[in-house]
Amino acid sequence: MNNPDRSAVVLAESRNATRKMLAEFWFYFSQNRGAVAGLFVFIVLVIVALAAPLVAPHDPDVQYRDFFLTPPVWQEGGNSMFLLGTDAVGRDMLSRLIFGARFSLFIGLVVVGIALTGGIVIGVVAGYFRGWVDTVIMRVMDVILAFPSLLLALVLVAVLGPGLMNAMIAIAIVLQPHFVRLTRAAVLTERTRDYVVAARLAGAGNTRLMFKTILPNCLAPLIVQGTLSFSNAILDAAALGFLGMGAQPPTPEWGTMLAEAREFILRAWWVVTFPGLAILITVLAINLVGDGLRDALDPKLKRS
Amino acid sequence: MSAPILKVRDLKRDYVISGGMFGKSKLLHAVKGVSFDVERGSTLAVVGESGCGKSTLARMLTMIDPPTAGTIEIDGEGIDIAAHGVTREMRQAVQIVFQNPYGSLNPRQKIGAVLEEPLLLNTSMSAAERRDAALAMLEKVGLPPEHYGRYPHMFSGGQRQRVAIARAIMLRPKLLVLDEPVSALDLSVQAQILNLLRDLQDEFELTYVFISHDLSVVRYIADEVMVMYFGEAVEHGTRDQVFSDPQHDYTKTLFAATPRADVESIKKRLAAKPAA
Repeated sequence: MNNPDRSAVVLAESRNATRKMLAEFWFYFSQNRGAVAGLFVFIVLVIVALAAPLVAPHDPDVQYRDFFLTPPVWQEGGNSMFLLGTDAVGRDMLSRLIFGARFSLFIGLVVVGIALTGGIVIGVVAGYFRGWVDTVIMRVMDVILAFPSLLLALVLVAVLGPGLMNAMIAIAIVLQPHFVRLTRAAVLTERTRDYVVAARLAGAGNTRLMFKTILPNCLAPLIVQGTLSFSNAILDAAALGFLGMGAQPPTPEWGTMLAEAREFILRAWWVVTFPGLAILITVLAINLVGDGLRDALDPKLKRS
Repeated sequence: MSAPILKVRDLKRDYVISGGMFGKSKLLHAVKGVSFDVERGSTLAVVGESGCGKSTLARMLTMIDPPTAGTIEIDGEGIDIAAHGVTREMRQAVQIVFQNPYGSLNPRQKIGAVLEEPLLLNTSMSAAERRDAALAMLEKVGLPPEHYGRYPHMFSGGQRQRVAIARAIMLRPKLLVLDEPVSALDLSVQAQILNLLRDLQDEFELTYVFISHDLSVVRYIADEVMVMYFGEAVEHGTRDQVFSDPQHDYTKTLFAATPRADVESIKKRLAAKPAA
């Protein structure tokens, strides 16, 4: 074999190995029916959120003055213009829910992004260096964990001022300790393994050992926790919105929509039910995906 | 023979064992003053039971842990990682192969990346050069080039140990510490790996410190044998000396503890039994 030929073979084999890993991951993930269903719902949600201006029948902020509290189309008095009815100021519920999906997914993404990045860095440092660094970090995290999560988020928002961005930061800070603990625990089990020692002998420095050698082997539980926190973040943001501390009206955020509809619970069931259902379905779908990921990524649960 | 490549004098290592919240912490002497020399290109086997300080010795030789007292000299250069840390040249001089081939390879790293990591970190070779070097080394340890892009979990224990050996000699070290490199493998694979180690020793002029508890393996590969017992070197000599004429009581016990299955010894054992 001449040289270019051989390197082609080597590269093809390398790609094969990567593909095989992915195929194996998908095999274990697809064993879990609920997870696949959750993933499907989640993908639909993402598509709807991305294509919101195309999909939504109306502008979410336009008030149709002749159609206050119109019931959904299948109920008596419904109007085919508004499939899920309108709210107290005549805005189309369906359009608002569709645009609300954007906010919810954005919240989940940003919160998990902040919490995951911060949690991983702090957790890896604590687990890798041990000693007083570890003690200080973990005691601070214990203090944060000791507060009821929503209460702490409320306090933080009260300090930072109400608004969606501040709510997201507050929720991220509240969720962070879980990631720190998880990362630290995983790093503790990995750092004494022989391959880490071997990498150190090969000349790897602390940063490389922490983030290139150890971290990739700790990712499985973090991915699972990340998806589960995604739904948690959406829930907490909705709760903050409901309490008036999150997204401010007229933002079509699901929790805020619920808060605005509070007074009409008895007269118009649809204004509270649909945002609630949207939150429920999204959170359920993401939790199912998280369960599936755990099945696929946790070697202890593998059936082979 | 040439000057010794490894000179160890009065090496000691203590561990502090904390006694928990209420107990007193204790001092454990894992290695209590060991001295020896190893000639260039030869193999020193360190033999002893579990917990006698063999692995602690290996960790000090490879500069993973600092010694409590004593000196290590490699190729005439003193090593003192407690004071100065480890320089790049020193790192390159000594490498180690671990006992457990399942734990010594990063599960998220392809074999090619495993082999290239030492080059990436210590040399200024280009990516293509590194790959050629890794492929050449794969061939040297008897693995086909297709294995370059595979993950460790796709390999058997013997193949992984070959990869671990290949990684250890990527930087052309002067000294290779082998910490029970074959004791996790089955017998036929053990023989293959031992032969590979011999071939590599000839080709790269490697010096081995071979740690083992398996006397048959030691008899096969060692030039010199050092017997350790509770952190002390109780016997040190050439292989033939130690095997034919063990001096220390512990060495004799060790040899006597090796299971024997030849007809002579079975007959003797039966005769020694009181008639039933």
